This record gives sequence, structure tokens and C-alpha cells, in this order.
Amino acid sequence: MTPPHRGALRQGARAHWLRERTPQILIATLVVLLVAGPFLPKWAMFMLNVSLSWGTVVLGMMLLMRTGLVSFGQGLYYCLGAYAAGVLYAKLGVADIAVMLLASVAVSGAVAGVLGLLLAKYRDIFFAMLSLAFSMILFGLLVKTSELGSTDGFGLSVASLAGIPLTAGWARYAVFATAVCVAFCSALGMQRYLSSHTGRLAGAIRDNELRVEYMGASVRRVIHVNYVISASLAGLGGGLVGITIGHVDPEMAFWTTSGEFVFIAILSGTGSVLAPFLGAIVFETVRSFAYEYSPNTWQLVLGITMLLVILFLPGGLWSVFTRWRKAA
Amino acid sequence: MNQVLAILIDGIIYASWLFIIAVGLTLIYGVMKILNVAHGSLYALGAYAATAFGGWWLVHGYPPLGSYGMLLLAAIVVGLVAGPLIERGLLRLVYGKEEVVLVLVTYAVFLILEDLTKLAFGVDPLSIPEPYGLLGSIEFGDLIYPTYSLMVVLVSIVAGVGLALALNRTRQGKILQAVIHDREMAAAAGINVSRVYLVTFTIGTAFAALGGALTAPTISVQPGIAAEVIVLAFAVVVIGGLGSLGGAALGAAIVGIVRAWAVHKWPEVELFSVYAVMAAVLIMRPKGLFAVPEARKI
Repeated sequence: MTPPHRGALRQGARAHWLRERTPQILIATLVVLLVAGPFLPKWAMFMLNVSLSWGTVVLGMMLLMRTGLVSFGQGLYYCLGAYAAGVLYAKLGVADIAVMLLASVAVSGAVAGVLGLLLAKYRDIFFAMLSLAFSMILFGLLVKTSELGSTDGFGLSVASLAGIPLTAGWARYAVFATAVCVAFCSALGMQRYLSSHTGRLAGAIRDNELRVEYMGASVRRVIHVNYVISASLAGLGGGLVGITIGHVDPEMAFWTTSGEFVFIAILSGTGSVLAPFLGAIVFETVRSFAYEYSPNTWQLVLGITMLLVILFLPGGLWSVFTRWRKAA
Repeated sequence: MNQVLAILIDGIIYASWLFIIAVGLTLIYGVMKILNVAHGSLYALGAYAATAFGGWWLVHGYPPLGSYGMLLLAAIVVGLVAGPLIERGLLRLVYGKEEVVLVLVTYAVFLILEDLTKLAFGVDPLSIPEPYGLLGSIEFGDLIYPTYSLMVVLVSIVAGVGLALALNRTRQGKILQAVIHDREMAAAAGINVSRVYLVTFTIGTAFAALGGALTAPTISVQPGIAAEVIVLAFAVVVIGGLGSLGGAALGAAIVGIVRAWAVHKWPEVELFSVYAVMAAVLIMRPKGLFAVPEARKI
């Protein structure tokens, strides 16, 4: 179990070691977060909660990027997931976290199942543009739907978790614990999926999809499956964010929200299922502090960071961990 | 009947405005294969520069008609400063990367410019309403339109026709077409591709800024206009076919009429309708209405 001597590690070997140990790292993190949760200050718990939800969205984004596709419309499913949870609460009086999140996944997965039929044919900027168009359609619909609060959106809250009623003091922790568990399960599930037959085809499609077709695999089917998975994760993350913040609004479907997911995905890199969560935590921390101290320059910082990452660190932050040790 | 006329005129005015912005976007894509997200920020920069230049002119009590010159000057200055700066300083480093990566690079530029604009001009709404009312209005039957809006239509037509002539009738235009058609062959034939890129990006930027400068008198200029305008411009160029001048005109006309129709007949779907058309066109003609089919490469 002890890591091999650092100097002896080559890049591939270290990446391999990290990949092999990912489940253990995940379980350790899960236990630490669940135990530490009640003792965390409110702001830290909130930030971690949001970061983990965003990480879940970006995890799906990462799967698409591994397939060679960049979506500028992931906000569609993020928003759908949040609104699904919100509508359950506001219109049907359901306030159970588990039921709300199931609805988030079901709605976004179902919509992606249909739209994926179309999108699976598109590549490059045309994929980006069509997904952008779909998310802007939802945005356009929501801002004019007065029953759902138009541009202001509406509020929601939770009362129970899988049937267990929550007292006021524990509701916040319950949401946090749910986010931790959701992030854990998504990451572990993604890890398994990526090493499955279909999962492994993602990288091959990015490299050369024609050759994948020659081998007898259906590129469109793989892309469709990956698209639905990534949309479900985005819906799940959206539902979690809605529940955590207690409010949903159409801005969640605006293209700049999708842009932020793209940003985190680029920042994180696609090297590991842990990367999106790491990236989301870094992003959320920087954003919170920048909002507090310098609200007019944080996008500037984001933009410059993004350029630096694209130019000098194409594998994202994660590649720092797996890089061949320099003579430092 | 009157409503049909109103929809038509509103649509044409809106389409002209969209065309001025979209034509720069499509020109840059056609030549450089860069889908420039920062185009929206350059539009915003043009609008801000217009309030600054025009404001300065009017405060000093120069003849108000000269403020139109200031709007134009604002667009040219933004084009000449921001265009070369972005192209030489950054884009030059990333040519040859995948198109999607280039989108991300310009998205980063968009983020940077968002804040630079805020730092330079503040976050409070600015306005320069004077040029809007200066020319009075024109009546069509019982419909009244500000002359300024019709001037924008005129500018848009001049810009479109001028660009089409420049592309097809001049030596420089032919060179540009050669680069669009095959960059490597053009370079081999002795064309300075790097210079063509610089000029194209500067002209494209100037068009974005011109769109912003002409809009400045009609809106309150504030943070957020860049993000709104760029998706509309994307819708226009994607409908028409990326990189096509005629496509941008057709796309602008379609989006303009559709939006005007929605505003008059069914206001709830105003924003929705534009993107619904964009999605519908992409679904039926994946590369836009005017796109040329490409050979599949292994």
C-alpha cells in the first residue's frame, strides 16, 4: 500500500498508481467529510456542498470531453435538474431530498435521451452550438413563464431525507451529506464506467472515430450513452445546488453558466474522476474570495488562468500530480 | 395590414443591427476558422467607447451632428487598438489548434475583457441618448419610426454591399478568398497569410465595435450586454452558415423577422423563438443554410 519511491516513478506509473488507488482515496475522503461535516463552519460546509455539486456536473462534462466533445449547453440539464426539484416542492409539496434528486436525474436523463438522438450526429463547434441553442431555448422559455417566477425564479426547501424527517438543525448537514454521497457514488461509478468496454471507447472516438467504426463499434451509440450520462450528472448537480441554495432561477440555463462548467473542466483536466471535484473546489474557493474582495476582477483572473492552462498545462491541474518529476 | 408592415419594418431594423455584428464574426470565422466568443465583448467595448467619445464631444459643446462622427471614430479606434492587440498578442500563439480549443481561448478573452471594461468604465449604466433623437422621425402611414433606426439600416446595407464588392472585385479581396479557400496553397503562392489574418481580425473587430457604437444611443450601456449579444450573433451566423457573407445577411433577416413577429404577435416566445429557429436550422442543415459541404477526411 505504500507508494513506490517518488524518484522511481515515471509519469505513466504515477498516473497508474493514482488510478488504482482512486477508490481508496474516495472512501477516505467520504469518511472524513461525513465525520467532519457537523464541525465545519457554516460557510465552509456551504462552499464544499456547492463545490461537490458542481464537481458532479463537471464529472459529466469530463466524460464528454474524453469523447472529444465540448458542450456549451450543459446548463440546460443543470437548470432542468434544479427546476425539477423546485417544481416538486413548489407545485406538488414534495420536500424529500431523495425524491427531488431522483426527479432531477429522471427529467434531465429523459430530455438528454431525446436530444441525444440528434446531438450524437454533431461534432466540434456544431455540437457546441446546437447544445448552446437548446439551453438558450430553455432559458427563453423560463424567463417568460410567470408561473415559475420568470427571471426571478422561486424558492424551495427540504423537510425529509428518504422519508426520515429532518429537524431544523440537521437539514443543512443532511443536504451536505447527500452531496458528499452523491459525489462519491458518481465518481466511483464513473471510474468503473471508464474502465468498461463502452467507457474505453470514449478516448478512441476522440482520436479517430472512423477507425472505431471500422472496428465495428457504433460511434453514435457510444456518444449518445455518454451524453445521457453526462446530462444526468448535470441534472443531479443542478438539483443539489437548488436544494443547497434554496432557490432556482433561469440564469442556470444561460450560456455563461455552461461556460463556467467548461472552465472548471478545462482547469481540472480529464485525467481522473477526482479532478473535476478538485477543480470545482479550487474554482468555488477562488470565486467566493474574489467576490468578497474584488468583485470586478475575478473574471479577469478566471480568463487569465484559463489561457495559462490552455497554453502551458493542457492536461489541466490534475496533470501536475501525474507529471514526470522535473529536476527540481 | 398595418401590423404586417410594422413587423416587417421592425424586423428589418433589428436584422440590420444584427448583421453589422454578425458580419464581423462570420468574416473572422471564414478566414481564420475562429469562432470568436470575445466578439460580444468587442461590441460592448465599442458601445462604451461611443459613450466616452460622444460624451466628450457633446460636453465640449461642439455641433451635435458631429456626434455621429464620434460614434464611427469610436468603432474605428476600438478596431485598430483591440484587434491587433488580441490577434498579435494571443491568437498568433494558438493557430493550428482544434477549433473547439480556439473557442475556449476566445472565451477566456471574453472573460478578461468583461472585467477590463468594468475597470475602465465602471459598473454603472452609461448612456448617450443625444444622437438618437437628433434626426427626428419618419412616418409610414400611422407608424412612426426614429430616423436614427433607418440610418442604421442604411449603414448595414452599405457595410454589406461594400464588403461583398471588396471581397469579389478587389485584389485584396481575391487574396482573402484565396486564404479562405486554402491557407497553405495561398501561403505557398506568396501571400502573407499572417498579415491577412491581422487585417481580417482588425476589420472584424471594427464591425463588432461599430455594432456597439451604433447601439449605444438606443440602450443603457452596462455590464452584461456582451453576453447577451454574442449568443444572438452565434444564432445568426449558425443559421446562415459559418463563414458566409450571404449567410450572415440571410441569418440576420430570419432572426430579425422572427423576433419582430414574436414581439408583435406572441411576446412570451420572443427570446425562445430565436433559438428555436437556430436549433431547427441546425437540425435540418447541420452546417447552416449557405454552407458548402466538406469532404470527410480519415
